[in-house]
Amino acid sequence: MAEAAAHDDHDHKPYHGWVRWVYSTNHKDIGTLYLIFAICAGIIGGALSVVIRMELQEPGIQIFSGLAQMVYGMNGDAAIDGGKSMYNAFGTAHALIMIFFMVMPALIGGFANWMVPIMIGAPDMAFPRMNNISFWLLPPAFILLLASMFMPSAPGAYGVGGGWTIYPPLSTSGQPGPAMDLAILSIHIAGASSILGAINFITTIFNMRAPGMTLHKMPLFAWSVLVTAFLLLLSLPVLAGAITMLLTDRNFGTSFFVPDNGGDPLLFQHLFWFFGHPEVYILILPGFGIISHIVSTFSKKPVFGYLGMAYAMVAIGAVGFIVWAHHMYTTGLSLDTQRYFVFATMVIAVPTGVKIFSWIATMWGGSISFKPPMLWALGFIFLFTIGGVTGVQLANAGLDRSLHDTYFVIAHFHYVLSLGAVFAIFAGWYYWFPKMTGYMYSPVIANTHFWVTFVGVNLIFFPQHFLGLAGMPRRTVDYPDAFAGWNYVSSIGSYISAVGVMIFLYGVFEAFQKKRVAGANPWGEGATTLEWQLPSPPPFHQWEQLPKIK
Amino acid sequence: MSGKTSTPRKVNNGIVAAVCLAFFTGMVGMAYAAVPLYKMFCQVTGYGGTTQRAERQYAGRVLDRELTIRFDANTNGIPWQFEPVARSVTIKIGATAQAHYSATNKFDTPITGRASFNVQPEMAGAYFNKVECFCFTDTTLKPGETLDMPVVFYVDPDIVNVPELKDLKTITLSYTMFPVEKKQPVASSAPAAGGTNKISNSEASLGG
Repeated sequence: MAEAAAHDDHDHKPYHGWVRWVYSTNHKDIGTLYLIFAICAGIIGGALSVVIRMELQEPGIQIFSGLAQMVYGMNGDAAIDGGKSMYNAFGTAHALIMIFFMVMPALIGGFANWMVPIMIGAPDMAFPRMNNISFWLLPPAFILLLASMFMPSAPGAYGVGGGWTIYPPLSTSGQPGPAMDLAILSIHIAGASSILGAINFITTIFNMRAPGMTLHKMPLFAWSVLVTAFLLLLSLPVLAGAITMLLTDRNFGTSFFVPDNGGDPLLFQHLFWFFGHPEVYILILPGFGIISHIVSTFSKKPVFGYLGMAYAMVAIGAVGFIVWAHHMYTTGLSLDTQRYFVFATMVIAVPTGVKIFSWIATMWGGSISFKPPMLWALGFIFLFTIGGVTGVQLANAGLDRSLHDTYFVIAHFHYVLSLGAVFAIFAGWYYWFPKMTGYMYSPVIANTHFWVTFVGVNLIFFPQHFLGLAGMPRRTVDYPDAFAGWNYVSSIGSYISAVGVMIFLYGVFEAFQKKRVAGANPWGEGATTLEWQLPSPPPFHQWEQLPKIK
Repeated sequence: MSGKTSTPRKVNNGIVAAVCLAFFTGMVGMAYAAVPLYKMFCQVTGYGGTTQRAERQYAGRVLDRELTIRFDANTNGIPWQFEPVARSVTIKIGATAQAHYSATNKFDTPITGRASFNVQPEMAGAYFNKVECFCFTDTTLKPGETLDMPVVFYVDPDIVNVPELKDLKTITLSYTMFPVEKKQPVASSAPAAGGTNKISNSEASLGG
């Protein structure tokens, strides 16, 4: 009955107070919730990484034994061992938070929820109530993950310490306490949220485009979200299956990964990376879409090679499913298997190269204005390319033998994700902030945010290439004195990046405080997609009159 | 309902969602299907050092090249003394040979054991054919009983055609003996309490 009553309420005005947000079925409100959630999770995940860098600033164990003493009430040698485990738990939580609770909510739940319906001329998402569930599954998942950090795992240790890859046997017989179970449930719930979101996006993009908006006229951001949704739909169930097997191995005596009863721990790695590799494209593809819009807008030119750009994303998504074992070169694959995975992995550089060169060709001969979103987009292209080059290096099985699990790998995936995906998020933020809020931020603060972050993150991660080449292993709390120099530089970079986050938050505060009216289209003639035809912020329900598609 | 579109040519939202859901269920099914498929894949290709169970008793041809087979034995959580009778044997490639392991139950109750196995280098698994092996079945030993356990095997002469194995001089055949009774699920046992059948043995996690 309540449903019928809500349905009769056809004036579609937003509810007031908390009801508007908790019961929301409006894609813009839910998108806003996702963005706020992602900012909160990003601050927590970022804080974890700053503590990790504080520990690694100098050789020896300085921070974590004291932290274990404070948080877990341990003493003496127990505090030292507990601190070592805590370091691993921090690294694991940092990774899981940044992937599942920061980048994915920001790009897919936040920007895609906000902009995809508007861009394709739809009034809302196809399943507005499902959209609400998608969001509200995330906070409980996040709470479960945070709670797992305070639960016992191995004897004398708290929190999941197996890395985001949670390989057995460390995640089964190695950590019998409830921490791992909570983390597995957290990933289950976050995965359910993403699957529902993916189904919603696929249905919306297939069914709710305005008349005349064919797939081949659809903006690239909508294309990127469509490909991402398919990747989610195909890869997340495999992760869900794999971690369910972990859960039953741990709790119900099955032996999927237990060698005693004919199971194989390596099978988990295959299943995990069958999900894990598409997952890294899930994190970056929406960013590709955002960057295409921004480069085109601020070059005042349509994007170069539109169809090539769209199908390059499809190709990246498709090939992404058949390269998973390049994460497993050291697990005893035969030479022929390695040859195949080296080749297939390098093939991905081709569509990625198509995208990079098309962005450059879009800028070529354009009338470029270096507004804050464009700065972030240029930073993205530059840094993502560096990460891509180290990726091609790591694709070589021979080279990977010596670089596997070193800081070179850390540097590589932070260049494509921390500096790639996160720069794309900030680019999208500064691009769409005036549209979403109606207020213009201070360009000075936005530019300062960019330069401080740019210097900071490069200081963190560029030296890690040197450390990795010199052989410093990842996931260790301590290291030989020989690595001290670049680790110090890296930690300084981490503090500078933290200052960058403060500047970002101040910029948001300042924009809401000063209330400079942005207007429907602050970016001028280059901004051609449909969202710029609406007022800022857009009305609660848009496109009651269907837009004209050129 | 905002889900209703004015253009009738488009497929119903519910159908798209149902197809997506079917995809999802199918992929979960695929993840579970990976378990038997992966086992089959290992047995067919010898992946991960899975040895072959031979139908024929002999290779058909014997090469004039010798290979040393080393024998290794481990136990995990079972109070047996389990060891190879001879440490190694040198045979011609293709010749059928017999090796013996011996196991003694050092405990005061009968215990059933099951051996898992693999070979190093892993790639040789596809060419290591077992004609007869105690590992094909479970073994029960009474208290104090000692059993002689034979393995009959030959190495497929095709092994010399594999580029990775062309200089191979030694193959190690390794068994790990596990108790058959159901183990406690790990998460339900208290972290601090190490049960008697939970002796950790790093060599035991080789898999196969």
